[in-house]
Amino acid sequence: MNFSRRVSAVASVVLLASIGCYVITLQAIDRLRTQPEVQQGLYIRSAKLLRRLSLGYTGLLADVYWTRAVQYFGYQHHRNSDDFRLLAPLLRITAELDPHLIPPYQFGANFLAQKPPNGAGMPDEALALMKYGIEHNPGNWRLYYNLGFLYFTEFKDYGKAADAFAAGSKLPVTNAFMPVLAARMAQHAGEFDTSRMLWYTTYQSTNDGAIRDNAVKHLVALRVDEDITHLEEVVQKYREQMKCLPESMADLERAGLTHGTPTDPNGKPYRLTSDGRIEVQNPKTIPYITKGLPSGDDSKVNIVSSAATP
Amino acid sequence: MNSRIAFVASNTFREAVRDRVLYNLIAFALLISAAAILVGEISIGIERLVVVNLGLTAVSLFGVVIAIFIGIGLVSKEIEKKTLYTVLSRPVRRWEFVVGKFFGLTGTLIVNTFFMAIGVFLALLYVAHRLEKSDLSVLVALYFIVLEFLIICALALLFSSFSTPLMSAVFTFALFVIGSLAEDLRGFARITAGLPGVIATVLAYLVPNFSSLNVINQAAHGDTIPGRLILYNTLYALLYSAMVISGAVLIFQRRNLK
Repeated sequence: MNFSRRVSAVASVVLLASIGCYVITLQAIDRLRTQPEVQQGLYIRSAKLLRRLSLGYTGLLADVYWTRAVQYFGYQHHRNSDDFRLLAPLLRITAELDPHLIPPYQFGANFLAQKPPNGAGMPDEALALMKYGIEHNPGNWRLYYNLGFLYFTEFKDYGKAADAFAAGSKLPVTNAFMPVLAARMAQHAGEFDTSRMLWYTTYQSTNDGAIRDNAVKHLVALRVDEDITHLEEVVQKYREQMKCLPESMADLERAGLTHGTPTDPNGKPYRLTSDGRIEVQNPKTIPYITKGLPSGDDSKVNIVSSAATP
Repeated sequence: MNSRIAFVASNTFREAVRDRVLYNLIAFALLISAAAILVGEISIGIERLVVVNLGLTAVSLFGVVIAIFIGIGLVSKEIEKKTLYTVLSRPVRRWEFVVGKFFGLTGTLIVNTFFMAIGVFLALLYVAHRLEKSDLSVLVALYFIVLEFLIICALALLFSSFSTPLMSAVFTFALFVIGSLAEDLRGFARITAGLPGVIATVLAYLVPNFSSLNVINQAAHGDTIPGRLILYNTLYALLYSAMVISGAVLIFQRRNLK
């Protein structure tokens, strides 16, 4: 082997050995140090400045900010944090960089408004985002839907919700549920049915996995709330007929008021308490329920939800 | 085209290829492939949008960098290597040399953009599974990017005809940045009165208007690009390039090469 080949061989060996060793060393360093926190800063909050800095490539920058918003929310949610203070500016910047990018508006309507830890608890910011979205995309029925949804779920403003659904239903391309929702809002009719229709429309009008998952959980919770409302009515009926409270679910069945043992969506039987209340056995597995929580836990609905939401 | 201009242009193209300029296609291919594969994992609901935005932005930035770094050396390198004297001692006039260099560089960039465009459409096909009529706007955006390259090549050549490569790169890049903010400059000129307003207006018309050539965002949303904008942008880019190349010819004609 001549000198030049020997140098090449030695250099190749050193190269490969160095790569192997530095990777191992880096892993050792990582084990010594605590995991670094994900960058939580938002150094530039002005979309106008970002627009100029992007030299016109605003579309790509908007995609970057949108991805950042999703990752920020996912990261905070994953570590059960109540702090979502950057979500609103991240979504606002995304929208201002690319006002025609629709997913951030839908995401904002769902997760910006909901109370922590399932959302940022910023309904006013969510509302402002939706209005900005409609201003720049007046022909998109989904944004009117999201606006009506916000007015209904967060503000309980049936009039404005009805107006939003009605405006969306008049667009050339719309959803068949929109006029129905507008009418229901106007009548304040059937809260369970209306909520179910809203969450179902949310589910079928998006491809976003997180939003769909959220809608499914709400639909499940609605079923539980409705079951418990119905069962508590049945208990009252039993009390009126028998002049005493039932001791078990079997008493209700024997009285011909129920058929079989009623179960929650996880297949666990509902529990009848000694004071005639109906409870779910494991509320942590059914987020967003407002009924059937253990006595005195009604105010903790969101805490229960957070523990169950991945 | 005059045969001497064609000769200089083809040599410029060959030289760029010899300088391994087209190697950037490998980097581009890796970038766009990674984007197409990873985009679904990191983003929600905007896969097509990200591929178009990232692909067209990369096409534009790669091209701008090539145009600047090749363009600035087109004349100075020939002087430095003394090859310019051989070329000019043949019956090649100075203006033919400048125009030939311009066509050679733009030809290189068009070939480069062509291959990158194939990459963008393949990535688009990968994420969306089919191409739609609205994807025609991506083609229009690519065409506007080529028009942008015409102007940048012309500017790089202009600065190269009288300045050092380093200064030429600085000037050309500065004009690219200012040109990208041309709409802001026009807005500023409109709201400014008196002498500053006049100066701002003159500057706004003097610097290249790259903002109207950037329709990447509209293309990403599948918006239709008006035919009139295509016509006006074509005319604008051709006229602006002609103006700058004329300036380069005028300077180079008078330049003392001894």
